[in-house]
Amino acid sequence: MTTRKKITVTINGEAVTREVEPRTLLVHFIREDANLTGTHIGCDTTSCGACTVHLNGSAVKSCTVFAVQADGQSVDTVEGLANGAELHPLQEGFWEKHGLQCGYCTPGMMMTAKEFLARNPDPTEEEIRWGISGNLCRCTGYNKIVEAILYAAEKLRESGKEAAV
Amino acid sequence: MTHLDDSVQTMHSVPEGSSAQVETTEEIRITTPENVCGMGHRMKRKEDPRFIRGQGRYVDDVKLPGMLYMDIVRSPYAHAKILNIDASEALAMDGVVAVITGKDLEAAGGLHWMPTLMSDTQMVLPIEKVVYFAQEVCAVIATERYIAADAIEKVYVEYDPLDAVVDPFEAMKDKVIVRDDKEKKTNHIWHWEAGDKEATDKVFADATTVVKEKMHIPRIHVSSIETCGMVANYDATMGKMQLYMTTQAPHAIRTVFALVSGLPEHKIQVIAPDIGGGFGGKVPVYPGYVICAVASLVTGKPVKWIEDRSENLQADSFARDYHIEAEMAADADGKITGMRVKTLADNGAADAAANPSKFPAGMYSICTGSYDMKAAHVEVDGVYTTKPPGGVAYRCSFRVTEAVHMVERMVEIMAHQLGEDPADFRKKNFIQPDQFPYKSPTGWEYDSGNYPAALDKALEMIDYRALRQEQAEKRARGELMGIGISSFTEVVGAGNSRDFDILGIKMFDSAEVRIHPTGKAIARFGTKSQGQAHETTYAQIIAEELGIPAADIEVEEGDTDTAPYGLGTYASRSTPTAGAAGVMAARKIKAKAKKIAAYLLEVGEDDLEWNMDRFQVKGSPDQHKTIQDLAFAAYTNHPHGMEAGLEATDYYDPPNMTFPFGSYICVVDIDKGTGHIKVRRFVAIDDCGNIINPMIVEGQVHGGLTQGLAPALYEEIVYDEYGQNLTGTFADYLLPTAVESPKWETGHTITPSPHHPIGAKGVGESPTVGAPPAIANAVVDALWHLGVRHLDIPITPEKVWKALRDAGVSD
Repeated sequence: MTTRKKITVTINGEAVTREVEPRTLLVHFIREDANLTGTHIGCDTTSCGACTVHLNGSAVKSCTVFAVQADGQSVDTVEGLANGAELHPLQEGFWEKHGLQCGYCTPGMMMTAKEFLARNPDPTEEEIRWGISGNLCRCTGYNKIVEAILYAAEKLRESGKEAAV
Repeated sequence: MTHLDDSVQTMHSVPEGSSAQVETTEEIRITTPENVCGMGHRMKRKEDPRFIRGQGRYVDDVKLPGMLYMDIVRSPYAHAKILNIDASEALAMDGVVAVITGKDLEAAGGLHWMPTLMSDTQMVLPIEKVVYFAQEVCAVIATERYIAADAIEKVYVEYDPLDAVVDPFEAMKDKVIVRDDKEKKTNHIWHWEAGDKEATDKVFADATTVVKEKMHIPRIHVSSIETCGMVANYDATMGKMQLYMTTQAPHAIRTVFALVSGLPEHKIQVIAPDIGGGFGGKVPVYPGYVICAVASLVTGKPVKWIEDRSENLQADSFARDYHIEAEMAADADGKITGMRVKTLADNGAADAAANPSKFPAGMYSICTGSYDMKAAHVEVDGVYTTKPPGGVAYRCSFRVTEAVHMVERMVEIMAHQLGEDPADFRKKNFIQPDQFPYKSPTGWEYDSGNYPAALDKALEMIDYRALRQEQAEKRARGELMGIGISSFTEVVGAGNSRDFDILGIKMFDSAEVRIHPTGKAIARFGTKSQGQAHETTYAQIIAEELGIPAADIEVEEGDTDTAPYGLGTYASRSTPTAGAAGVMAARKIKAKAKKIAAYLLEVGEDDLEWNMDRFQVKGSPDQHKTIQDLAFAAYTNHPHGMEAGLEATDYYDPPNMTFPFGSYICVVDIDKGTGHIKVRRFVAIDDCGNIINPMIVEGQVHGGLTQGLAPALYEEIVYDEYGQNLTGTFADYLLPTAVESPKWETGHTITPSPHHPIGAKGVGESPTVGAPPAIANAVVDALWHLGVRHLDIPITPEKVWKALRDAGVSD
């Protein structure tokens, strides 16, 4: 057995301390150790983006990050998007515009979109398509995901809130 | 159970539909207010709150105390004898609990083989030899996921490689026998035909023009973003096996498990929780499921098995893989008179398709499509190769995709051959609206249709004539632009149960609707959503019937202990079958509610009329009882002698299939230098009969179109000569992203099904079926003047570039 290492990762504002193997993937740490199962696994090869979370505010595919790399750092997942009962504009947009079907890619898609909108608060459709091109969806054909992100962008601009990550 | 043999399977009996002519409209009928949200409303999905918060519950989210993990040792060869399996090193590892081999399964009561859904047999784990690359060889059970993954590397399997047979035409020569477990030493599985051969031969003898084409519809994979998996939880004390499973057909699977394992059916509970996409790939029983269940039985602990993506792409059922030789005949007026089709179906190492027993090639005999012709004859031969078994109906009703691709390509080739405009040629040859119900030359009875209306709408929306003008101008300048049409007819909603079954279980479906005293309801169905939004649309159907707000109706599926028995969700059958069952159950409830209303209002039942959510006295609407009043009375003040409660169950057996249709038009621009294809526009007009939720229908169409784009331009499972899968990750098997997927332009016409209780037809699969030929036709249309008649999908830039080079256009 490999030597385990004690790490602390702040997930959605809460510190999670565990002993992990150095090879433990961040996505497994989030799902198995922190019991946050909203982050999904779809491909194991960094292709599909279902496992996208934020590491210190940057969108990363957590199947390709070791948990030990996140030691002492901050991770945000889909479970941290809403503020209690108040949905994030992206969550509203995905619901309002039918941006999801089976829901499996949705958390990763929203986390990618959140970072994208922070960088580009007033995007064109074309820019959104490139912005989410690292995330695969097999159900929606993407049209309505693009509409959902446009909806959220507008809402975020109107509210004057930064889509800060 | 039915059994396939090698004999000729003749044409099925014609289903007796209650078809009649119906009108085509464009207006979506809405009869309920927003707060009720019956049919036609763009109701936001009831299931979404959990998904957008990351609180969906998929199989891999299930975590039970003491749970063990399973990983699978897979074959590195496509065909090899197994000489020895040495698991001693793996078993010595800390945390490894067990290794399960084929011999263990054999000892457990012959579980090393299982039936496929086509009554063929398939290995669960091999003893003698492996017959495809990545085949399951044995399984390791360990306390942790990572230990299980480590341990499979420590199982040493000694193989004696045999020759692989990858090409189905080569397989037909029987030089290498894939299934030497069978009595007959041949790779030929079955021969099937439909239509009238003699009449067809005569039509061809009389024809003025005959076009012929060979085409291959390649192996593809459903690739739902969630792979397959199971958590098996055997409770030895109670003798109960709980199976959390990625399945589209939980009830049928429970029965199969009971028959195969010998466990009593009431002690097996299959739970399909949230499913992360299915598309037909989660209909079959894969070996992993069986081994996982056995592992729980053996260890007495819960066991989790989750495939990784490569296992999913390399070993799970493929779709398509039909090698087709098609001929189409036309008379001097340019009228199609007949079709003659021969097809070789590469089934891999077992016929593990999911077709009804009578239909080894599924609905492939609907190959005359939307066109009226005198005669047709279709023959299909199934063959074994050393590739993974299949093939599933990937987002299509049992091989209709292959049929539609073939006929739409042939119509296009014929139109070009005759020098006719492909749109005009289609209109001339369509089954006309007054011909419905239409009996096809291969025995289908189409329930309703209006093909010219859908095509006209698509032509107008895309401004077809202007595009043809533009194309002519561009061609004069040497630029390549193509316009492709596909006017498809689908055949969905199986059964009727006379003709359609899975392993002998009839293809009805079911609903159980229970109204609570306060007028809220729970409705359970025998189907299982994988993203199609049944929780929303089924609630809307019941809201339409009973006036109970859709928000007040809880919809449940997927737990075989609670839901009524049904055959599951695939082949666009949920709305045609279970949706109809929901309607019929609601109508039974309404009939009982009427008796209660008559009692409460002290009038005769004949004096009452239904008005949206209430029974009212005719001519005196103030005297009424709402459905909520009547529900309360059913538990508190029902007539003496009447059974209390307000609930009903219905097992709906449709009189016929439904026949959704549509016309799609695609515009492509092709780069002469690179062969790159840009889908500039794509207009899709769908007619799925009455629409339950237009937003969800749009979503289904968009998603299906992207899954039609995928095989047309990008996706193919590729093997080398040794049977090695060369496309085992998403880096090689190319799913379209948001960048490749165009902005779909959609619309509808509405031609209700005359035999469905709410006139609905099903829509989930039409776009996957209809889109590939529209795209392929567009590409060939751009190249026809250079002498290109046909390109097999996926039409990659390389194929286009080679065609251009051969035509002397590119260097």
